[in-house]
Amino acid sequence: MSQTIGNTRPLKLSGLEPLVITPESNFINVGERTNVAGSRKFLRLIKEERFEEALDIARHQVEGGAQIIDVNMDDGLIDGKQAMVKFLNLIVAEPDIARVPIMIDSSKWEIIEAGLQVVQGKCVVNSISLKEGEEEFLRQANLIRRYGAAVIVMAFDEVGQADNLERRIEIAKRSYDILTEKVKFPPEDIIFDLNIFPVATGMEEHRRNAVDFIEGTRWVRTHLPHCSVSGGVSNVSFSFRGNDIVREAMHSVFLYHAIQAGMNIGIVNPAMLEVYDDIPGDLLEHVEDVILDRRPDATERLLDFAESVKGERREKTADLSWRNEPLQDRITRALVKGIDSFITQDVEEARLVVDKPIAVIEGHLMNGMNVVGDLFGSGKMFLPQVVKSARVMKKAVAYLLPFIEADKDDTVRSNGKILMATVKGDVHDIGKNIVSVVLACNNYEIVDLGVMVPPERIIAAAKEEQVDIIGLSGLITPSLDEMVFLAKEMQRQQFEVPLLIGGATTSKAHTAVKIDPEYKSAVVHVNDASRAVTVVGDLLQKDKKLDFKADLKKDYKDFRQRFLDRQQKKEFLSLEEARKNKLQLKWTADTPSPAKPGIHLIEDQSLEDLLDYIDWTPFFRSWDLHGKFPGILEDAVVGKHATELYTDARSMLSEIVSNGTLKARAVFGLFEANSVNEDDIEVLVGSEGNKNYFRTLRQQSRKAAGRPNLALADFVAPKSGGFRDHIGCFCVSAGFGEQEMTEIFRAEHDDYSSIMLKALADRLAEAFAEYLHEKVRTEYWGYANDEHLSNEELISESYLGIRPAPGYPACPDHLEKETIWEILNVEEAIGVSLTESLAMWPAASVSGYYFGNPEAKYFGVGKIREDQVIDYAERKGISVEKAMKWLQPNLAH
Amino acid sequence: MSLLIRELTKRILVLDGAMGTMLQRYNFTEEDFRGERFRDFHKPVKGNNDLLSITQPQAIAEVHRKYFEAGADIVETNTFSGTTIAMSDYDMEELVYELNFESAKIARRVADEFSKKQPEKPRFVAGAIGPTNKTASLSPDVNDPGFRAVSFDELRIAYKQQATALLDGGVDVLLVETIFDTLNAKAALFAIEELREERKTDIPIMVSGTITDASGRTLSGQTAEAFFISVSHLPLVSIGFNCALGAKQLTPHLEVIAHRTDFAVSAYPNAGLPNAFGEYDETPEQMAAQIREYLEKDLVNIVGGCCGTTPDHIKAIAELAAQYKPRPIPKNLQSV
Repeated sequence: MSQTIGNTRPLKLSGLEPLVITPESNFINVGERTNVAGSRKFLRLIKEERFEEALDIARHQVEGGAQIIDVNMDDGLIDGKQAMVKFLNLIVAEPDIARVPIMIDSSKWEIIEAGLQVVQGKCVVNSISLKEGEEEFLRQANLIRRYGAAVIVMAFDEVGQADNLERRIEIAKRSYDILTEKVKFPPEDIIFDLNIFPVATGMEEHRRNAVDFIEGTRWVRTHLPHCSVSGGVSNVSFSFRGNDIVREAMHSVFLYHAIQAGMNIGIVNPAMLEVYDDIPGDLLEHVEDVILDRRPDATERLLDFAESVKGERREKTADLSWRNEPLQDRITRALVKGIDSFITQDVEEARLVVDKPIAVIEGHLMNGMNVVGDLFGSGKMFLPQVVKSARVMKKAVAYLLPFIEADKDDTVRSNGKILMATVKGDVHDIGKNIVSVVLACNNYEIVDLGVMVPPERIIAAAKEEQVDIIGLSGLITPSLDEMVFLAKEMQRQQFEVPLLIGGATTSKAHTAVKIDPEYKSAVVHVNDASRAVTVVGDLLQKDKKLDFKADLKKDYKDFRQRFLDRQQKKEFLSLEEARKNKLQLKWTADTPSPAKPGIHLIEDQSLEDLLDYIDWTPFFRSWDLHGKFPGILEDAVVGKHATELYTDARSMLSEIVSNGTLKARAVFGLFEANSVNEDDIEVLVGSEGNKNYFRTLRQQSRKAAGRPNLALADFVAPKSGGFRDHIGCFCVSAGFGEQEMTEIFRAEHDDYSSIMLKALADRLAEAFAEYLHEKVRTEYWGYANDEHLSNEELISESYLGIRPAPGYPACPDHLEKETIWEILNVEEAIGVSLTESLAMWPAASVSGYYFGNPEAKYFGVGKIREDQVIDYAERKGISVEKAMKWLQPNLAH
Repeated sequence: MSLLIRELTKRILVLDGAMGTMLQRYNFTEEDFRGERFRDFHKPVKGNNDLLSITQPQAIAEVHRKYFEAGADIVETNTFSGTTIAMSDYDMEELVYELNFESAKIARRVADEFSKKQPEKPRFVAGAIGPTNKTASLSPDVNDPGFRAVSFDELRIAYKQQATALLDGGVDVLLVETIFDTLNAKAALFAIEELREERKTDIPIMVSGTITDASGRTLSGQTAEAFFISVSHLPLVSIGFNCALGAKQLTPHLEVIAHRTDFAVSAYPNAGLPNAFGEYDETPEQMAAQIREYLEKDLVNIVGGCCGTTPDHIKAIAELAAQYKPRPIPKNLQSV
């Protein structure tokens, strides 16, 4: 590199934070998704004045690593000046976006100036040029200096755009001299855009486009001290649209040489970039021949070669012969296969042949979705594919909506309107989202109220939207009571719409026994998406629905009766009797003290380290694919689809890991502890040994002879025995960043990715809990420091000690989480909070205790009697009513 | 090279202390603030300190005199709120030119007295340009983050009027100070640059930002370095910080700019952080002890005091500053 570059003065820009670009800086990438010319989505959002969502795009860019964001509002249908000012004002109010400098991009001076007047940081103006002559150039440059911005100067003058090396040099030199001499513009604040034009267009005069840019860059960086060179890279590969393999290779080859020549800023889509060293040798040679114009037949050779690489990568791109089929077949195929690359094109074609745009939805698209529905119903398609179909459908509908709206007397007719909500206090919504998507595919209109929805909002929305069905979802046990409450409330307000109940802790038994009696109209427990479609269909069928509802009521009544009959046969002990039959372990010495006692914090856990700890079986279950991993991948029925799902999951997972989309944190502690008063565990926290108590619940059903009635307290040495023991507790979360990301996916109509991300975050949180438990056993507590277990052994829990979680069978009371939160100061330490129903937020979190005793094992407390509830309330210092409420699901009748 | 810059290369210059703190000692009543001229003004004017330049000019001159006697090289005009935007609270927009012009003249006269008596130590007047009471890049309405109570152009026009009057009144340098929103300052700089062009004359400018919290950011959210980058596009005499923090808390932020800028560096902190009664109680000795660190580290060329500081503080600072060499000033500033 030349001498001059070595002595270059840095280009300093600022948002809320500085950006100083020195010769040592890496290539500066400018985010361009907030450019109406660069992003159709952004254009649409601005046109529709949906600025909040437009801000999310900016935020996503910054989080994705853009060091500057380019904002452009040049579109014939937008008031560019007003949109620029409004959007920049909103950006300034968002510190996570405003921290980077802004590139104010417009071909209209008045828009640029309006932008400069609302941003406090040092911006970049994109761009000015000598196109309109020297006088205008001087005027604008003077003002830019006065506003305190850097400037991009296009290689453009009165004659036209520079399209060869000599013209690039001529215009750059002239612009530079005017700026530095007449305007006293600081040379380090000048950035040249030397025009990146396409190569391999087949036209002789385009052959040197890339070389001339690269050589122009080298000349500018050598002869015009302190300035920078920038450009929009994707232009160079314009003639290979549709062949991403070649385009990606062209971009990286071009950048490789341009950066060496001194290009230091640019607009590059990171997703469209191959790693230079990873380009196969033959492709690299052909691409470099073209970029560097090394031989006259370079273009022909690359074109020929491109045909051969086109099919190499994915089978999806391999066979495009279906593109020649009739229109309806193409649309159906796109929906069944979940291919979204051509759907807008096909839908546009359909729109032109029908009378009204709505007919495309009701005709072409519904025909296709009916095929999807039939295949799904007959078990030939699986949930992940249906969600992918939904993504294509949504994209098609999104394209059509503006046309439909323009045609006033058109409305979309749906099969019915369904309200979906995760109830108050609960944050889990993977299942609810899947059911929503599948129902939406079947042309039901979904009113999704999201998570933690209070009952009054559900009632109000149901009335206002006049829904046909209400669907409630929940994962944690307190949600069951919420559902009962809502059923009562719906009855009181004389609702008649059917109520669907779903979610992991819900059951037909609970629905039949607790919810159904409270509501006169139909209540149905639905726990998988495919059944949801048939149930909803039957409930809304015009002629037969009354019969169906009557049958349902009878079915649930019979079920309830059988269930209660069975219950009464079980025998329970009094709490006193149960305690007499407790597990009595022999303690003969102090239990080993932890190697690292006290509270520990992991502020940023490497996700990569967690990958080996993932238990995949529940992941497949969340997509309604049942079977053990990895066997499920080979399964005769679902194997192919499981494998596809697994491939997608793996690829998203590696993106999550490399982009840092999700953050994982943990807090945990190991403390001296003893069991006291039969069922409590006394924990000594901090240097002062403050006493905290974990209250445990004891099994009360009558056991076979020799089997104890267990409580977790039995696994900790009793204080009366005089031996020291320990206990731990923890909270891990891998859900930081999940919400932001899923919102972006959902805004892009990509439920498939949104659900996938949530499911993966859940898996990572579980993996983190597993990983941390191992660390605790082998390192922090260290009682098993010679342990070496495979992931399968971990999943089958072959280790010593357990990590039960409040809310789960061994300790069903969620209230105990509050004690863990208090001891570890969880919310402050890592930011995981508890909702009013004591669900953890972010949802992808796990908390629990560590018991180190080799005899400790997982068990279920099962049903308990009222005497224990009263005793428990007293021990815990809460009212009996409160204890009843929280232990309701465990109470024996 | 202007006289001010020449002096800057020779020694550390001392800026005055608080005007408001000194004026409080006079216990002026509503009648005092009004004077003869505004006896029947339709609104209360007590608290409008800038107005005292017209109604109690002898008090203003006296405060300047005390600071010069204490050893200050530069005093600031009594014009912190001298814009139409800030004066609208008192319905006194019409008076803006006069307030600034008279304030400048008072300070000029006192400075010239001292320069005459002691020619080897020339005294200077800085025309104080405050932040106004509105922000151009923050919304006052939490529910409408895109709203702005004042525009760049409104600020530019108001600042231009103030700067014109201060220059007409004879100040040596304009001091854009207590900047908590950088965009306001950029509007002021824009206006001054327009005046430079119209008057075809050089106008020395000092810029002083305010770090409002312990995290090291301005009210509008910029870090010290981002602030400094955002206002360095014009040739300045000095850049630095004042107000909000005590001398001790200001040190790391001064280090950030002192190591990066080619301009002179200024600092005039408060007399410590306010106590429970909102008073500043750092003594002159305590404050000087903190400022010694700036000098030891070669961080500053101009040093003085802001809220809560008095002639005693300035005296202690001036005596200390005399013992140290100024931070070396790069060549390109000397050519300003």
